[in-house]
Amino acid sequence: MSKTISVKNKSNSQRLEVLKTYKIYIGGQFPRTESGRFYTPLDATGKKLANVCLSSRKDFRDAVVVARNACSSWGNRAAFNRSQILYRMAEMLEGRKLQFIDELMQQGSSKIKAKEEVALSIDRLIYYSGWCDKYQQLFSSVNPVASSHFNFSVPEPTGVVSIIAPQSSSLLGLVSVIAPVIAGGNTCIVLSSETKPLCAITFAEVINSSDVPAGVVNILTGKVAELAPWFVAHMDVNATIYCEADKAMQKMFKEKSAMNVKRIFFYDKIDWTKEKGQSPYFIFDTQEIKTTWHPIEPIGASGGGY
Amino acid sequence: MISSIEMGTNIDFSHSPRIDQVGLEERAARFTKRSIKKETKLNGLLLTLNMIDLTTLEGKDSEGKVKQLCYKAQHLHDAYPGLPNVAAICVYPSMIKIVQKALKGSGINIASVATGFPSGQVPKSLKISETKFAVAEGATEVDMVISRGKFLEGEYNYVFDEIAAIKNACGSARLKVILETGELGNMDKVRRASDIAMYAGADFIKTSTGKIQPAATMPVTLVMLEAIRDYYYKTGRMVGMKPAGGISKSKLALYYLVMLKETLGDAWMNNHWFRFGASSLANDVLLQIVKEKTGTYQSGNYFSLD
Amino acid sequence: MATKKKNNTIKLNFDTVRNYAPALESKSAATIKPQYDLFINGKFEKPLSKKYFSTINPSNEEKLSEVAEANTADVNRAVKAARSAYEKVWKKMAAKERAKYIFRIARIIQEKARELSIIETLDGGKPIRESRDFDIPAAANHFFYYAGWADKLEYAFPNRNANPLGVAGQIIPWNFPLLMAAWKIAPALATGNTVVLKSAETTPLTALKLAEIIQEADLPAGVVNIITGGGETGAALVNHTDINKIAFTGSTEVGKIIQKATAGTNKKLTLELGGKAANIIFEDAALDEAVEGVINGIYFNQGQVCCAGSRLYIQESVAKEVIKKLKDRLESLIVGDPLDKNTDVGAINSRQQLETIQKYLKIGQQEGAEKYESSCALPQKGFWCRPTLFTNVAQSNRIAQEEIFGPVLAILTFRTDDEIIEKANNSPYGLSAGVWTDKGSKIFNMTKRLKAGVVWANTFNKFDPTAPFGGYKESGYGREGGLHGLMPYVNLSNK
Repeated sequence: MSKTISVKNKSNSQRLEVLKTYKIYIGGQFPRTESGRFYTPLDATGKKLANVCLSSRKDFRDAVVVARNACSSWGNRAAFNRSQILYRMAEMLEGRKLQFIDELMQQGSSKIKAKEEVALSIDRLIYYSGWCDKYQQLFSSVNPVASSHFNFSVPEPTGVVSIIAPQSSSLLGLVSVIAPVIAGGNTCIVLSSETKPLCAITFAEVINSSDVPAGVVNILTGKVAELAPWFVAHMDVNATIYCEADKAMQKMFKEKSAMNVKRIFFYDKIDWTKEKGQSPYFIFDTQEIKTTWHPIEPIGASGGGY
Repeated sequence: MISSIEMGTNIDFSHSPRIDQVGLEERAARFTKRSIKKETKLNGLLLTLNMIDLTTLEGKDSEGKVKQLCYKAQHLHDAYPGLPNVAAICVYPSMIKIVQKALKGSGINIASVATGFPSGQVPKSLKISETKFAVAEGATEVDMVISRGKFLEGEYNYVFDEIAAIKNACGSARLKVILETGELGNMDKVRRASDIAMYAGADFIKTSTGKIQPAATMPVTLVMLEAIRDYYYKTGRMVGMKPAGGISKSKLALYYLVMLKETLGDAWMNNHWFRFGASSLANDVLLQIVKEKTGTYQSGNYFSLD
Repeated sequence: MATKKKNNTIKLNFDTVRNYAPALESKSAATIKPQYDLFINGKFEKPLSKKYFSTINPSNEEKLSEVAEANTADVNRAVKAARSAYEKVWKKMAAKERAKYIFRIARIIQEKARELSIIETLDGGKPIRESRDFDIPAAANHFFYYAGWADKLEYAFPNRNANPLGVAGQIIPWNFPLLMAAWKIAPALATGNTVVLKSAETTPLTALKLAEIIQEADLPAGVVNIITGGGETGAALVNHTDINKIAFTGSTEVGKIIQKATAGTNKKLTLELGGKAANIIFEDAALDEAVEGVINGIYFNQGQVCCAGSRLYIQESVAKEVIKKLKDRLESLIVGDPLDKNTDVGAINSRQQLETIQKYLKIGQQEGAEKYESSCALPQKGFWCRPTLFTNVAQSNRIAQEEIFGPVLAILTFRTDDEIIEKANNSPYGLSAGVWTDKGSKIFNMTKRLKAGVVWANTFNKFDPTAPFGGYKESGYGREGGLHGLMPYVNLSNK
């Protein structure tokens, strides 16, 4: 595949650069799209970025299967362990900073902006790494019911979340929507920025080398218009996140979400570069509150030996 | 068909069913939500009178006191002829002869406590001889106490064998086994002691001596009724129930009858299978009966104490 | 006598349990007007539709009253009143003053508890014992609980400001009419929203009584508007463009329609929908309490409860014993006049619901499940269904998968822990679940793995204003009750 890409000689180096094939990420592996299709996003100057997989609904379907299978062990593992893994992701990203800056610049970012975006992305992972074992305490409650029961409510992961990542913020936006979802114990299938997909696939490599179990994060590249209806209609997906303000799309999302009472979130007014772009309330969105009741044996409370 | 005792020797009573006390208390409270009116109330009150084991178990019991009690048992309230008699007079072994003489021809049962009542802290041989003495004196019913110390030590076989030996000593007299539930600590133990007593041959199981608080309560009685039900399901043998101590108001007695009726059904709704161990209950029931018949609220001054 | 049949099947005899002398609650303690209008802007207004419909007593099919049928124009009026009250009064009012109004409503409900109980029972067919001991006190308690939150919202959401949404359109079901009104109205008011509430078609009366209470409490006009009508009225409310929030409790079918209908709008939505709760009994459970929990779980309110424990799973080693106990227990349930204080199981809410239940009774038999019902006699008039259970049910049977919303229990068995988790979660619903075992660590394992918003361990069908309630999956989203019940009624903004 890479042979078809025009050779870019950046410097005077005589060495022929080895180009990367951008494949999708499903179940901890990097397959090509089952459809065999590709598309060629361009940079701001009209140059080809790469031949990128044009994922199909079947790729999405396959990703949902692995995401569902990964759900239980990811959601049930110790929060501390999830925290460690998110921290590991940050470490891996830090180590590959230059590659991301390079890709961001290929996708049209200035060097300063690119550096800033990568730094923010790393920090965001650290931020959510820290929340992994804390949001539960923030969002849970012990409920003082009037009967002889111990009663508490805790957040639990919603399950499988499909995400259409922010289109303009190809790395920071992506990280900002994935991190709270997996910090909260969910698994996800993410469709990367359509026009700027390079970082998403390279980020998949970061994920793949960070002890994130296979299937927890799955990243597809392709056309939003083609895949979005499948992302929201799938009956085995519990929640869908859409990050653009397109009203017609939002309407479509809401309508199709009704098929299985799917939870729908539109993150269309968020500036991911700002403080507002991170919050435990993003984690809360893909949590279900579970209330548990259990009797309290009234020892010594009701007069005597029983 | 193997006997109950044979079955019992093969049972590990430490595996008796567990009780959830909160659920138990909820269920017991539900019976008190029944609204017992009109003829149901009157019938219930008359039945209550007929189920009373009129009791005196004091160190200061004398011939005079016991004679008065026996007279009362046969003449509950002569102003209203046609009232039923109580089920039995319950006394210490030394008083049996007096009772037998006073009750002659009345059809009222003579119950005697035995086995080192109320503590039961005498050797097994003395318990057996005391039982034999009581029966020889004319007791038609023997109210024994279990060895709570041994029971709490986990010596279930000891407790079982002792009850079986006393049952043997009873001959044709019916054996009521007092668990002294107020000393057993929790409902699981009450259930366990009930099972031991029934399999060892008890004709009745009884909550309390009346000397220890708490004595009979609705929840503890319910545990025992449910034990009787399970025993009946398994063996087909009916066992009687006697809550004793703490039931002094007719309204409460009616709730016990509701509980009996809705737990064990109609077959138990007579004094062959259910007794109230009480001394002051009779007069409160009489007050209520007269109120039901006259429509006027009554005063205790018009009803003889004993 | 207790009977001992052949094959060692010993049965208890409860023949006379149902013969308690009648203990009827007196209707005279309640006032029902012959006709009710719409409660809009603090007044009872004639409907622009000029239409009224009857509400009947489902236990004898007698007409109780007639109530207005709100049309789109009526809904407009109500929303307008709510909007105006929001902008001009409620939004500006000091939170602690708002709280005091809600406290007042709670108090008046308590004062009128007896009347409300009677009307709830007359209109809905539920036993007076349940209206009196559960529905009405729980409704008052809910107002009490949320009243206190009104001036403490800054403590509810760390590092955020909680802002009201505006006008909330609320649609409630017929199974707990006043209580559901309380669940909806109390948190909405506490968070500073105004309300248009539509009560259920077959049970409008206690909501209208609540309107009278709200009037008596001097709540500013338009803060709460209560309208009556059927599905079309509800649709008009859902589709109204000047509403910021829809809260719906009812069937999953209608919930999906509403979710679809709010597409393309900014309406915040919470749904509390159907369920098919698994109630799981392990062999080491306290069986007698478990049996009571099962009975309470499926026959409470005639099984017309979204969180009813309608799928009973019994571990095989104790299945026979538990089923025997359940069958005997069924016989001691008193079915009859809902106004009788001794009634355990009352009337089915409507003819339509009765037909649905009967349809499933047929399906169950066609599927080869074994039907067992109480031997009780049923009244001649009204809508009645005997407490029923099915044994030999397969996971694939419709009666084990679909919500029946009636006193019908499907009993299945299981062998191992993993098997039961899989079976219990094998449902599009996820509202509630029950677990019965004496082993603590197993309880936590089960309660963690069960996909349900409410898990009752060694108990069932417990509710409290402080305890969040709501579903996973197709049982809806958003929580009602507790701290979490505030969330659906606020927008959070950064501090």
